[in-house]
Amino acid sequence: MQKFDKLTGVAAPLAMINVDTDMIIPKQHLKTIKRTGLGKALFDEMRYEADGSEKPDFVLNQPAYRKAQILVAGANFGCGSSREHAPWALLDFGIRCILAPSFADIFHNNCFKNGILPIPLPQETIDKLMDDARKGANAQLTIDLETQEIVRPDGEVIKFRIDDFRRHCLLNGLDDIGLTMQKGGDVDSYEARQKTAQPWLAMAQD
Amino acid sequence: MSSPRTLFDKIWDSHVVLSRGAQSLLYIDRHIVHDGSFHAFNMLRARGLAVRRPAQNFGTPDHYVPTHGRSPADAATPEIRGMIETLERNLAETGIQRYPLDDIRQGIVHVVGPEQGITLPGLTLVCGDSHTSSHGALGAFAFGIGQSENLHVLATQTLWQTRPRTMRIAVEGRLAAGVSPKDVVLAIVAHIGAGGAVGHVVEFAGSAIRAMSVEGRLTVCNMSIEAGARAGLIAPDDTTFAYVAGRPLAPQGEAFDRALAQWRGLPSDPGAAFDRETTLDAAAIAPMVTWGTSPEDALPIDAVVPDAKPQALAYMGLVPGTRLTDIAIDRVFIGSCTNSRIEDLRAAAAMLRGRKARVPTLVVPGSGLVKAQAEAEGLDKLFLAAGFEWRHAGCSMCVGINGETGRPLERIASTSNRNFEGRQGKGVRTHLLSPAMAAAAAVEGRLVDIRGIA
Repeated sequence: MQKFDKLTGVAAPLAMINVDTDMIIPKQHLKTIKRTGLGKALFDEMRYEADGSEKPDFVLNQPAYRKAQILVAGANFGCGSSREHAPWALLDFGIRCILAPSFADIFHNNCFKNGILPIPLPQETIDKLMDDARKGANAQLTIDLETQEIVRPDGEVIKFRIDDFRRHCLLNGLDDIGLTMQKGGDVDSYEARQKTAQPWLAMAQD
Repeated sequence: MSSPRTLFDKIWDSHVVLSRGAQSLLYIDRHIVHDGSFHAFNMLRARGLAVRRPAQNFGTPDHYVPTHGRSPADAATPEIRGMIETLERNLAETGIQRYPLDDIRQGIVHVVGPEQGITLPGLTLVCGDSHTSSHGALGAFAFGIGQSENLHVLATQTLWQTRPRTMRIAVEGRLAAGVSPKDVVLAIVAHIGAGGAVGHVVEFAGSAIRAMSVEGRLTVCNMSIEAGARAGLIAPDDTTFAYVAGRPLAPQGEAFDRALAQWRGLPSDPGAAFDRETTLDAAAIAPMVTWGTSPEDALPIDAVVPDAKPQALAYMGLVPGTRLTDIAIDRVFIGSCTNSRIEDLRAAAAMLRGRKARVPTLVVPGSGLVKAQAEAEGLDKLFLAAGFEWRHAGCSMCVGINGETGRPLERIASTSNRNFEGRQGKGVRTHLLSPAMAAAAAVEGRLVDIRGIA
């Protein structure tokens, strides 16, 4: 997994609530065996006309935002389907950080598995960052996961807080399977306890 | 004695292997995979990992399967056929219990789980599909995950999770005639909003919920994700235990009695605290239908299109002030993990009474066993006589990735769970409603208030 420590970049404003994963990556792109190359299909229906040409009004088609690395969005971002193609598509486009008042739980978890940092912030903070984002390429944001700070273009610092374990994994580019496998003994003990307490849960096999 | 705990607290506490900061390593009792889970198997192979507990994992194809035939060769494209065959290969290689396309037990994961007894009260269950919340209807903590998490479960039978907050939604009183569990959950989503339960596990309670069958409860918990809930839960009771008893993978005999004794201790203790609580009056709930592009855009069928969300109205091609019952429909879909169980099909069939469909209507049962049951009851003949299409089990037009979609600008009355832009095909306009409302819409060619005919 790609690590995330500090990022300075352009933030694209997407002032919509309930951005769902069907919007982020529609179903026709879920048949690929590959996890890369999905960036072209990101926000497919909002981004392209029926003939495949770009819709000039859509934010990521505007010159200032074509290389955006940060997205500022409305509440409940990533709702709907559990498809991990949503963070894969965002990542492939180049988005590494999403700022929103709230995130759908499954999408939120999927981001951390793929080196994307989702930061939930109060609505009034998002409103200020949305204004910054609307200023385009001249208004870059800095996201520092080590210090857990966002620096606005005017220098104002906004503090945020990410769970320590998840922060550790993102900062070091670790995925958690290796860490969990080191705890195999604890899982063995759990299974042994469950076998006694709830014997019907263990399936005949193993 | 410890302080009163909720149903959720009890399940969570009994599944924590260890904690690290705000994250807990949670033991996963049951894991279901489907034909969209191939990345997890690819990653498993790429990392040289084995499946830790094959017998606690289950697989059936549903998202991509054809519904007009039972061979992978019937798939819409070679690419889609490949998805179904890849799952078969992955399951065979890893020794996971499988219900392949030609097995009568195959079906939509959230229909198959409860039907087979994979889902039991008090356990943890995950699946790479957001509607895994369905299984909470039996008192299990069940939630959807992404494919990296599928991989984590395959390899370790655990997941790292942050403890969600809790919310209790009580629906008190009696439902009026013509009002179904689907209407209840649409009313709940409209009430608290599409993001209203984000970060929470919702326990549905109250006399109207207790009065529901397990099938009705599955419909309610299924759509808890449409309010953003991490999971939905309903306290297991005698209705649940009677449903579970005798299922192929449920404990049998003495083991069942022992399980039952523990399951009876699962319901929330009196006085247990929830982070949030809200109550709905069951008697005030009408048959519901969505008018917009989020499940929260639901209104009673006797309402008019509101003057709100202009982008949604433009997509839906609707004008504020139009009566919902004046909206003409081009196509009807009866199926999906929300409404494809036998009671749903009975409710749809009961609306027909010899009438013919005015628009193309597709009925897709939730599993091969549901299909067989419906045929044993003669429901298939009623559907066919009405001009409906009667298909094999699968997700079909709910998500459309098997190639079954509507055409641009078509207006579909659908018993599924999502009315997002493009969900049932590019430009397709979806109205969510109950099976009875969908069948009535099929024979009238427009949205109908079934209270006028039921």
